[in-house]
Amino acid sequence: MPRVSPALTLWALLGAALLSLVFALGAGSVAIPLPDIWASLRGGSGPGADIVLGLRVPRALSGFAVGAALALSGALLQALLRNPLADPYVLGISGGAAVAALLALALGLPAIAVQGAAIGGALMTLMLLFLLARRALYSTSAAQGEQATGAVLLTGVMLASFAAALMSLVLALAPDGRLRTMVFWLLGDLAGATHVWPALITLALVGLTLVLARADARALNLMMRGDLQAYTQGVRVVAIRRRLILIAAVATASAVTLGGAVGFVGFVAPHLVRMVAGNDQRVVLPAAMLLGGALVVTADTIARTAFAPLQLPVGVLTALIGVPVFLWFLGRR
Amino acid sequence: MEDIALLTLRALSLRTPQRCLVNALDLTVRRGERWVVLGPNGAGKSTLLAAIAGARKGDGGEILIGQTPVQDLRADELARDRALLTDRWTDPFASSVLDTVLTARFVFRDEGHGEAVARGWLDRLDCAQLADRDVRRLSRGERQRVAIATALAQDTPLVLLDEPTAHQDPRHQAMVVRELAALRERGLVVTLHDLNAAARLATHALLLWGDGRSLPGLAAEVLTPPTLTDLFATPVSRVEVDGESVFHVHRGMAREARPAHE
Repeated sequence: MPRVSPALTLWALLGAALLSLVFALGAGSVAIPLPDIWASLRGGSGPGADIVLGLRVPRALSGFAVGAALALSGALLQALLRNPLADPYVLGISGGAAVAALLALALGLPAIAVQGAAIGGALMTLMLLFLLARRALYSTSAAQGEQATGAVLLTGVMLASFAAALMSLVLALAPDGRLRTMVFWLLGDLAGATHVWPALITLALVGLTLVLARADARALNLMMRGDLQAYTQGVRVVAIRRRLILIAAVATASAVTLGGAVGFVGFVAPHLVRMVAGNDQRVVLPAAMLLGGALVVTADTIARTAFAPLQLPVGVLTALIGVPVFLWFLGRR
Repeated sequence: MEDIALLTLRALSLRTPQRCLVNALDLTVRRGERWVVLGPNGAGKSTLLAAIAGARKGDGGEILIGQTPVQDLRADELARDRALLTDRWTDPFASSVLDTVLTARFVFRDEGHGEAVARGWLDRLDCAQLADRDVRRLSRGERQRVAIATALAQDTPLVLLDEPTAHQDPRHQAMVVRELAALRERGLVVTLHDLNAAARLATHALLLWGDGRSLPGLAAEVLTPPTLTDLFATPVSRVEVDGESVFHVHRGMAREARPAHE
């Protein structure tokens, strides 16, 4: 029952995403007007070009990539696990990334090593998930679909809990001087995004995951209603479930690697889209990505300007903005 | 053409870890045949339908859809051959009734024609006025008829229905049976608990005792008071009501009836 047509939803969100990026490039300790931003982006060396290109472009693109990846992952997992409460962190992928990243931070390793550790941790957790839930993920009997998603969800929740315990352990043992960076990383922080290449690579990866996921969007529309039903209607349930869990995990891992564990976007963006545009995954997946990206870029811009020169972790802002917006929408229905 | 087998079971066996449900069952379903499956709770009726649908492996023997073993057919191929109404559907997210029925058209990718087919079945099952409603807000009986419309909108030659008359009031039960009986171009395998609905719908019947024994045959030969009495361990007789012969289930004699047949 879409309330707003799919085309209008996507165009409006595209506009919102562009606005959020312009806001991010213009706002800050030095406010830069629109013509100067445009001149800088076109390679000019006008006033503020260094700030725009050197600082704000990498950070804005990183924020967008993080938000888009988390929202896509959340939308996929909510539909796949048939659980509206699912978010990108429910499978424990980000927990694994966080443990490794915190360990690197505690040892005082440089930023590039922290990112490498985060990727490694995410991939290791992903392998562990597929190993532990292999019977559910590789069972050929479609009739057992209900138990299969349940088993994957439970395995993920257990991995996340175990990772949380390990994180507490690393935090408890870490030297006091490094605790602040570690806590910021856990809350989700884009202050480290000073290069444009990681952001571009993540954006390319997110684009690829969207293309792959959208090819299965029609099938996902059916799987959301139950695996046995979807199978009898012609969906190759087992293969698609496996593929989409992998895609969601890769998207989460890339987001966490770039921006830490930014909370709430992956949960709230798909829900807001569903409330406005209905529940067709062909629309929900791209729309949630645009909204998630715009939300994180906006939140991060506020995070670094609201209490300037003090910077807040973006994860705090996404929840502070996201929760009231979500509750307002929920109450309005 | 009339005699092409839609479904063939060859020495099919179905087991749970604890017991044997069906042992060496042979059966052929052809176009225009309506098989009603009867048996006590837990006798394996739903398990049999799941196995025929390809969602569960058999424990011996063969299941052929047309000429092909069911396990050799991909999900998208099977979806053109058979539809299944399960006894458990879930609606975790909001969805309109029409969109729900349209899921049946997944493999056909025919949006305009598909909608006409979906609306046609909703209409015939007295659900036309529900088309724009949220499936989560329907009564159980309404939701069940939407599920039947979904199974039929898949337009398959073979239709497997697990208790289609569940949750229906008397008028709608009669309507469901009438609409199913009108499907002369398809082959049906239907589980039911109401003996009189079964007698009205069936051209053939399959009785499952749940201990491996089964009895397939023409409805007139299988649906008789002695076999049904034995099947349900409860005395069943035939009585005349307003000139119509109906099954009557007696009260309170279940205990005495059981030992005589075991």
